[in-house]
Amino acid sequence: MILTTIDQVPGRQIQEHYGLVSGSTVRSKNVFRDFFAGLKDIVGGELKGYTELLEETRSEALERLVTQAESKGANAVINIRFATSDVAPGAAEVFVYGTAVRVI
Amino acid sequence: MNGLVEWGSVLVLLAVGFVFGGRSERRHYKSIQNRETKLLALPLKSETKLQVSEIEDVLLVTGSVAIASDYLKTFIANLKNIFGGRLSSFESLMDRARREATLRLKDQAAKWGADEVIGFRLETSTIRQNGIEILAVGTAVKFKKLST
Repeated sequence: MILTTIDQVPGRQIQEHYGLVSGSTVRSKNVFRDFFAGLKDIVGGELKGYTELLEETRSEALERLVTQAESKGANAVINIRFATSDVAPGAAEVFVYGTAVRVI
Repeated sequence: MNGLVEWGSVLVLLAVGFVFGGRSERRHYKSIQNRETKLLALPLKSETKLQVSEIEDVLLVTGSVAIASDYLKTFIANLKNIFGGRLSSFESLMDRARREATLRLKDQAAKWGADEVIGFRLETSTIRQNGIEILAVGTAVKFKKLST
């Protein structure tokens, strides 16, 4: 599966469009990580636990998008966009969407 | 007595924020500058067109970072909020986060052997009260090499 953030697949020709595909995940982290993030609010710096959480969530959402695209018979998804939102304290939702196409 | 303890702890937290937050920010800026010079050779564009038509492979690359502001920065920002105006303490936080996310994306692209990254985009979201999360996305492209 080829994934791009632009409206084409460089070096390939789009043969067929299958419409919008999307994937979303909501995840929450454990309280210990939350506690350490609370400490970071005082000293500043990267929230590694959160970075990891968002990365895992993102790849899972991408997997779901790919599965949906595959079921439509596509071999590429173009114009991929990500949207992240805070649904509940300590939980993150990642939504990813794009256009499924067949390229040759 | 209670008030004294409260004010004392605020002062301690401010001092901790000043010392540790300031130090980590300086360190972070230094490492950002170092890595930026290293990755300067890899072009990064927000445009979606390519000048080269001989493409070997494409890959979706991402880079993300979640970062928290320190106690001092938050305190200053809260004070400035009363009068309004520029919150320079948060500007540097955003700047660091964006550059770090961009570097992580470029790192991933360089490891894969990309010649160029196009369709670059940055997204921002807030986590907790004074934390931010930046996501950088782009399409890494590998050009066809002339076989010898």
